Amino acid sequence: MNITLRVWRQRSSGDEGRMVTYQVEDVSPDMSFLEMLDVLNEKLTLAGEEPIAFDHDCREGICGACGVVIDGVAHGPETTTTCQLHMRSFDDGDTITVEPWRAKAFPVVKDLVVDRSSFDRIIQAGGYISAPTGSAPDAHATPVPKADADRAFDAATCIGCGACVAACPNASGMLFTAAKVTHLGSVPQGQPERDARVVQMLNQHDEEEFGGCTNIGECAAVCPKGIPLDTISQLNRDLLGSLATGSAE
Amino acid sequence: MALKSAMAVTGAILVLFLIAHMYGNLLVFGGREAFDDYSHHLRELGEPMLPHGGFLWIMRVVLLASVLVHAYAAVALWRRAARARPAGQRYAVRRSAQSPARRYATQTMRWGGIIIVLFVVYHLLHLTTNHIAPGGASNSPYERVVNGFSIWWVVLSYTVAVLVIGYHLWHGIWSALATLGANRASRERALRTISTAIATIITVGFLIPPFSVLFGLVS
Repeated sequence: MNITLRVWRQRSSGDEGRMVTYQVEDVSPDMSFLEMLDVLNEKLTLAGEEPIAFDHDCREGICGACGVVIDGVAHGPETTTTCQLHMRSFDDGDTITVEPWRAKAFPVVKDLVVDRSSFDRIIQAGGYISAPTGSAPDAHATPVPKADADRAFDAATCIGCGACVAACPNASGMLFTAAKVTHLGSVPQGQPERDARVVQMLNQHDEEEFGGCTNIGECAAVCPKGIPLDTISQLNRDLLGSLATGSAE
Repeated sequence: MALKSAMAVTGAILVLFLIAHMYGNLLVFGGREAFDDYSHHLRELGEPMLPHGGFLWIMRVVLLASVLVHAYAAVALWRRAARARPAGQRYAVRRSAQSPARRYATQTMRWGGIIIVLFVVYHLLHLTTNHIAPGGASNSPYERVVNGFSIWWVVLSYTVAVLVIGYHLWHGIWSALATLGANRASRERALRTISTAIATIITVGFLIPPFSVLFGLVS
């Protein structure tokens, strides 16, 4: 396959940035999208040019590092991570546009790499439980109903890639925050901090200058882990409950 | 969050008003007397507990407050969204992962809202105060309706506005329910259906009277 790539190039956070077009020849349909970028980068390096910087780590769809917007959709045309997207999803001769996540809370570091530490700060604000240290407790010391465990696990699969923010017309981080609130709020271990958690995490979310959620649903449509949209309603329920009892303070 | 909840609650008040308003409109099929009586009774509602027109004024105050709070929340969220993805950080290519119709509904919430406000001003000047009186002014609400909607461009502008409202409600009702915490995975489809149904009923309910006048079913 021969592909024309339009890639966002930006030398540093201070640089203005621009789209640059590259031709990539002899692409195998079985290559992953990142491998195709690897091939291009080797060529660029050999030609003495600066290779395209992009985030990647596990390359098996579980770390959440490799987020880029491909042809206007976060992680591209398949609902998965960019590393699990293969060139067979494109046609020979296609022009593909690759851009970084776009949000004020995710400033571009270089080319396609953005700084997602705003997510870490939301987790620090409330995405934890208090557990006594020491030897591991017995596995069944705290019984958890199967349905609750499943729901917690579904929400816990969030890998923090940031596709929800990238896809959201408001650049809101609500699905990410809601996934964490739902995950920890669905199990007994998360109950003591439940009321405070939702308020603290949301305050941090707003402080990081993510946009407000208007229930559009683009986030859940692109989420590679299929975090359900109703986690946002769960977050709203927790918040309204927390405000009603005044227990958040 | 407080903004979203305020938006949801005031939106719900406005939807309830629209349903009552639609009921009143459909009374046009009861003939001139039924329609004018209904209009007159609205002013007498609550008497003698309330003064003449008292109920109507309470309703107007509540509605106006709802619209103001709704708009304030919308503008605040709009500005937050603009700050969260400032100019110069926009995507070169942008495609929705959702259906085009739904995308259109969510994208037109803000500008659609402005169009609705402008329409409501025109609508009040036309049928409530009768300062704008296409087809002739009258003291009878029934005649105002019939005179106005016999003219094609009055019906056209009304139709456009009602369709904008329909789209606004399609996303708005669903969004309000989700904001107030009603959404669960097992219910999402049902909530979407409910909002589609209410939006459709209101749209069709409001479009029936003007077209009936235009096509001479009511005269």
